[in-house]
Amino acid sequence: MHELGIVFYIIRDVKQAASENHVDRVSAVVMNIGEVSTVVPEYLTDCWRWAADKEPLLAGSKLKINMIPAVTYCENCGKEYDTVQYGRTCPYCSSGNTFLLRGNEVEIKEIEVPNN
Amino acid sequence: MDKVKVIEIKKSVFAENEKDADALRLELKEKGVYLLNLMSAPGSGKTTTLIRTINLLKDKLRIAVMEADIDSDVDAVKIKEATGIQSIQLHTGGMCHLDAEMTRQGLDGLDLDGVDLVILENVGNLVCPAEFDTGAARNAMILSVPEGHDKPLKYPLMFSVCDVVVINKIDVAPYFDFDLEKCTEYIHMQNPKAIVIPICAKTGEGVEAFAAWIEAQVKELKH
Repeated sequence: MHELGIVFYIIRDVKQAASENHVDRVSAVVMNIGEVSTVVPEYLTDCWRWAADKEPLLAGSKLKINMIPAVTYCENCGKEYDTVQYGRTCPYCSSGNTFLLRGNEVEIKEIEVPNN
Repeated sequence: MDKVKVIEIKKSVFAENEKDADALRLELKEKGVYLLNLMSAPGSGKTTTLIRTINLLKDKLRIAVMEADIDSDVDAVKIKEATGIQSIQLHTGGMCHLDAEMTRQGLDGLDLDGVDLVILENVGNLVCPAEFDTGAARNAMILSVPEGHDKPLKYPLMFSVCDVVVINKIDVAPYFDFDLEKCTEYIHMQNPKAIVIPICAKTGEGVEAFAAWIEAQVKELKH
């Protein structure tokens, strides 16, 4: 439900990057979205279509999404495991002394611009 | 030759907001204004809790309130009528949260002269407000008994960003099989440092503990 808000942030950052790079047309924006980032990719691309088409810089541009699997590290036994399946408790040693290594990203990876 | 040129950005979408929030936090500290960001689900009793809390604190501190909602001004009017303090309504224009820039605009609409404490009542929602730093000194949230003691497990981010969790409607706990001990355990799984304060905003039970926490926080900022 917060995907539209996130789209507005993406648009703001892409506009800034475009102006720094003297680009007046963007054909795609590539995002890294973590599996436990709370962002729903389908909602994000729907919101993107609606909002991006209102911007001359981004009209018709694609939002491409790389999903980043969530991985948690256990400080007790030093192993890594799948966050979505096991949550905060290590499946190897049952310790709760764990932290998320990756999977929380909401990040603009790169933008693609037409090569004239 | 490639049809497209790729420009690497590699930047978190929240990075700009975090920068804005840090700048706002610093400015407020210099001005001696303590900003508390209060979050919760809709219907948890945020406004009633605020009225009780403000009435306990208003002789000791100069307080202002910003009410953020998607629409209407019922909360700002209710706060003003019940406490007499300065309050304004912010409309998020459909957005489910406030960010640092919107918070700054709200603060610009208040007369901050001599104000010690500004309470921001964020949009009722347990997901989005947790992701957007408002620039507040501290985050607080209200969880109400009917929502269930398992909420810290379902909304881990919200509970991990809050410094204090107020558990409201504690008077009806027996009717909802609400287990305060379990709830506290779940909160501490997300954030071991979180302070848990059970209250009943309707009767006022426990509210003085929340008021005392806020008062101590404000005094600490002024040091």
